[in-house]
Amino acid sequence: MFITPTGEKVFVIDGHTHFWDGSPANQLNIHGRQFIDCFYAYHTSLSPPDKLWPKEQFEKYTAEQMYHDLFVDGPDDMAIVQSTYLTEFYRNGFNTIDRNAEMAKKYQDRFIVNGAFDPRDGERALEYIHYMKETFGIKGVKLYTAEWKGESRGWKLTDANAYRCFELCQKLGITNIHVHKGPTIIPLDKDAFDVHDVDHAATDFQGLNFIIEHCGLPRLDDFCWIAVQETNVYGGLAVALPFIHGRPRYFAEVISELLFWLGPDKLLFGSDYAIWTPRWLVEKFWNFELPEDLKKEHGVDLSREAKEKILGLNAARLYGIDVEAQKAKLASYVHATAAE
Amino acid sequence: MATFLEHDRRTGEVWDRLALVTDPELDEPVTRLGFVELVTVDDQGGVDIVFRLPTYWCSANFAFLMADDMRRSVMVLPWVRHVRPRLQDHMVADEINRGVAAGSSFREAMKDFAPGETLEELREKFRRKAFERRQEVMILALRNAGYDDVSICLMNLESYDRSDFGEGEGAYQKPRYREILVERGLASLPGDRAFVTWSGDPIEPRELAPHLRRLRTVRINMEFNSALCRGLLGARYLERDGRSAELTRTGTRECVACPGAGCGQRQPAGALAGAADEGAGMFT
Repeated sequence: MFITPTGEKVFVIDGHTHFWDGSPANQLNIHGRQFIDCFYAYHTSLSPPDKLWPKEQFEKYTAEQMYHDLFVDGPDDMAIVQSTYLTEFYRNGFNTIDRNAEMAKKYQDRFIVNGAFDPRDGERALEYIHYMKETFGIKGVKLYTAEWKGESRGWKLTDANAYRCFELCQKLGITNIHVHKGPTIIPLDKDAFDVHDVDHAATDFQGLNFIIEHCGLPRLDDFCWIAVQETNVYGGLAVALPFIHGRPRYFAEVISELLFWLGPDKLLFGSDYAIWTPRWLVEKFWNFELPEDLKKEHGVDLSREAKEKILGLNAARLYGIDVEAQKAKLASYVHATAAE
Repeated sequence: MATFLEHDRRTGEVWDRLALVTDPELDEPVTRLGFVELVTVDDQGGVDIVFRLPTYWCSANFAFLMADDMRRSVMVLPWVRHVRPRLQDHMVADEINRGVAAGSSFREAMKDFAPGETLEELREKFRRKAFERRQEVMILALRNAGYDDVSICLMNLESYDRSDFGEGEGAYQKPRYREILVERGLASLPGDRAFVTWSGDPIEPRELAPHLRRLRTVRINMEFNSALCRGLLGARYLERDGRSAELTRTGTRECVACPGAGCGQRQPAGALAGAADEGAGMFT
């Protein structure tokens, strides 16, 4: 729960978090080391100096630390924890659904655990989707189209085997498809930031929501154009939001564009934990005002209502969370803990 | 044997040629971005260029383009016989270095990875983005100087050349915008319009505002990449050099020991932050 400076309570769902193991013991090769090093560079280059973590802690942190950073020190009420396999880089994977679910079950009603699949696995991908639904009851997945696999250097949402997976997701009620379209790993030959495949998939699967993580930011122009035409396309603010600290004017320009093209109902807050911790992000976001010239030029405002939607209400709608009931439930746990 | 001074002069010429090579995605010179770490010349007309990128994962296609552009740009110098760009700390550094040295195409150089296409289309796409970004700077500079939309849309190349675009970004981009106009045949005669679309159509005054809105998103993308790349490069090499991240905020621009283009040594890592601060006016 985020308490504003004027005392109002704001319900926060952190739309993008990770519980990873990037430690040397889990690294299979130099790619594993370089991958976590790259994340750490994101962390050090965009965090305020007093929020920096030591490298070792960043490589691997405990469930207790994560719970504390998100829900005790941090303002989150709930968090969506995404799964990323990267099994060619990490012995036990980077953050598999099994690892995430194991962590999440310790903290009732706090986490929404999302799965992941790779359409290039063909039949096995379909079986795996069934397995994740039956075992973990997932409502969403995170997809990484730039991931290497054997000879393949990436895939598209429009591939035939991806469409088979989406058909199954739609049928099973796995409705939230988070797609990493942003700064990416290993874009080899083609323009791996390209977002045009989202356009076709979103048109063809009206029963699914496509949440484009990092707003396709290196291709914000293309993304906005697609999102304005497709009612089921959303933007995740992870990576865009930390600019609020170092380059507030730039953040204002980005959020103005997004508000103009997508509107406040289509944007989701995400800290990208543990790259960044949510507390400072939410505090700065809540206190942020759009400069007058941008408000006037775009005809948009980052109002209180817009902020509440972005911080939690939009994600609650996508994941079927009854906010009032959830608040009451979480409050009862807090009271129960206090009474012990 | 060439004297030390001669080496120094030649090294300076190489740096000047490298300053003409841009990161296609950011439309900024590789030297300004801090990508070039070291330049050395030998007595046989050989040039070695060591460069590195913000992450191990940076697009191989752009890395290849930059290495190849460096080789081509430096080869223009009359005394140069061999140019050996060497990319460091990158997942496909070996393939790129071998391919560029052999003058291979990207597809040949990366054949073990089976890339599906050539880079020409990509190069074209980013040349367009560079054109649009530069054009936005010029149009906004004219608006700031009090020109109305009609005068801007009707301005010809002759008056473009005579106009004062002020200090800073406007002055910097003026020749760079003109360069693409001429290169693409969008304008070449004094009477040709200076502000046209990428496909060469005139921009009507009533279309200027929506046109600018589109150009702005191009700039926002480039600024995102640029800020991210500088931050990541700084963080990556500061860590390796055993310095704290705080240094990125206090570094100086020039190599203290030997300022100027003739310096073949890597600039202190803080130089990156200096370069980023230079661009900060665009962001904050």
